[in-house]
Amino acid sequence: MTTQTLRTVGPGAPAPRARRRRGMPGARLWQASPLTYLALIIASVLSIFPILWSFIIASRDNSAVYEMPPVPGTKFLDNTSRMLNNPDAGFLVGLANSFLVAAVVTVSVVFFSTLAGFAFAKLRFRGSNILLLSIILTMMVPTQLGVIPLYLMMVEFGWRDQLQAIIVPFMVQGFGVFMMRQYASSAVSNELIEAARIDGCSTWRIYWNVVLPALRPAAAVLALLTFMESWNNFLWPFIVLSNNTPTVQISLKVLSAGLYSTDYAALFAGTSLSIVPLLLVFIVFGRQIIGGIMEGSVKA
Amino acid sequence: MASTIGSAPPRHAAAAPPPPDRERRRSYRLGRLDIKFSPYLYIAPFFVLFGVFGLFPILYNLRVSLYKYDLLSGSRTWVGLQNYTDLLADKQFWNAVYNTFGMFVLSTVPQLLLALMIANLLNRQMKARTALRMGVVVPSITSVAAVGIIFGMLFADQYGLINYLVTSFGFDPIAWRDSKPTSWAAIAVMVDWRWTGYNALIYLGAMQAIPKDLYESASLDGASSWRQFWKITVPLIRPTILFTVIISTIGGLQLFTEPLMFGGAQPRGGIDNQFQTVAMYIYERTFTRNFEYGYGAAMSWMLFIMILIFALVNFALVRRSVKGDNK
Repeated sequence: MTTQTLRTVGPGAPAPRARRRRGMPGARLWQASPLTYLALIIASVLSIFPILWSFIIASRDNSAVYEMPPVPGTKFLDNTSRMLNNPDAGFLVGLANSFLVAAVVTVSVVFFSTLAGFAFAKLRFRGSNILLLSIILTMMVPTQLGVIPLYLMMVEFGWRDQLQAIIVPFMVQGFGVFMMRQYASSAVSNELIEAARIDGCSTWRIYWNVVLPALRPAAAVLALLTFMESWNNFLWPFIVLSNNTPTVQISLKVLSAGLYSTDYAALFAGTSLSIVPLLLVFIVFGRQIIGGIMEGSVKA
Repeated sequence: MASTIGSAPPRHAAAAPPPPDRERRRSYRLGRLDIKFSPYLYIAPFFVLFGVFGLFPILYNLRVSLYKYDLLSGSRTWVGLQNYTDLLADKQFWNAVYNTFGMFVLSTVPQLLLALMIANLLNRQMKARTALRMGVVVPSITSVAAVGIIFGMLFADQYGLINYLVTSFGFDPIAWRDSKPTSWAAIAVMVDWRWTGYNALIYLGAMQAIPKDLYESASLDGASSWRQFWKITVPLIRPTILFTVIISTIGGLQLFTEPLMFGGAQPRGGIDNQFQTVAMYIYERTFTRNFEYGYGAAMSWMLFIMILIFALVNFALVRRSVKGDNK
């Protein structure tokens, strides 16, 4: 459980070279063979192609959408502006709403997760084990179980079709607390906290000045994952929001529900644009995100 | 991580002149309170928010499922277990259950096997390591809605890219949405495209914790790399495999958005509900037709119980089958 998030990966010492018995490539076992590269490149191409293809369609004239060698056209801006002008979809409003919601949810999840994670990892209090266990159990509950009563609550609160309906229920996350707890256990030494205590730091100051800076790498990963999850959230906004208060995913749904009226180029312009923000995040922070996902394996 | 800590020394409180006696006692008392109650204060936001928006709805769901709601009068009447008995006799529900499990098996089994293979390939020294990892995991950052739209088009009956390939091999084009097997396959492809790389990275993380000398001695003994994979790697990452199986079970049986978008954002799941999942049926009955909250709530309890049972079954299955003879 002490694996670090952003460790530099790789087999330790290279195996001695002279070991070749019975034709086994002992030393070169951990060298990727050309076949390995080939398989991984094929997997990458298959992974990237549908995204690329979306951009290609988005750049074509509607009459050329189905033409076969998939090469880009020149109509991306036309299609985009037509898509943005679709009054039902409200794509720009959707984009703005998604940014706002994802930002608030991310800040909140990171704050509450680091706070609670710190408490569970480094503070002693009665019932901490059972409380931590109950948080882990919350991660196992299927979200759909509570959707209908939650919807009824939103109606009761007058939150239907309001952004807070898709913010407030997502402000805490069991996974985040657990992840921060795991990281804090290994990243913050007890001596440091003791020392800060002796110097007269309050618990809050210890959190703010000692623990939070030490948690920064893991908190950044949590932030990235939370932002992506919030941005991509579909089911709940689909239920509780209408087309008047869209997130970008709802805008997409509206665009695609009119799909049979067939402005495919515009639809794919929307689809492509909805992916762009996350694609940028992914390109800039790819290494950290990958580290965070791999860290997920230690969760088990 | 030692360096991180070293670089972040506590900012010491500015050395103030020693406070007078009463002051000190007060601050001592405050300090006791601080130490005693801060932990609860810090974990309280989670429990309060989860309690209100997570736990309460789940419990309340049980109550909702015992009523029949009337949209016109806004009232509800107690019907006891009638929603549940209706449900057991509801053909469309069982059809949705069948579809859900079918798609789940069709997507999860190849997905996790493929993820294992990819992880095994990624787990070596190579050039462009980060690029290749990013390459396989990029689908998981796209939204389900976008994936649904893109693949809906790839699997379009008339001009879809897949059917283009199919016909160029001399076969007849496939009407993907018209039958269970074809629509399930298309949806499974969608799900797998999005999650295989993600699971591969989770496996990779676990594989890197395996000591390399295990493999060295195995290969000295002449074990092929295929054998090493099944006899060393897979047994040693068993906890992680179990974890992904459970997570996939919980997520997979709630499948909603992919089939929804595949059917043009309609919850019907095809003319004969051939790819309608339980989650879609819940949505259809609860939020589109007569707002039958009670019936929907009963259905979500049934879904929950199925998830629970199936997760346990899968857990046992995988635990039994993935057993190493070398521990």
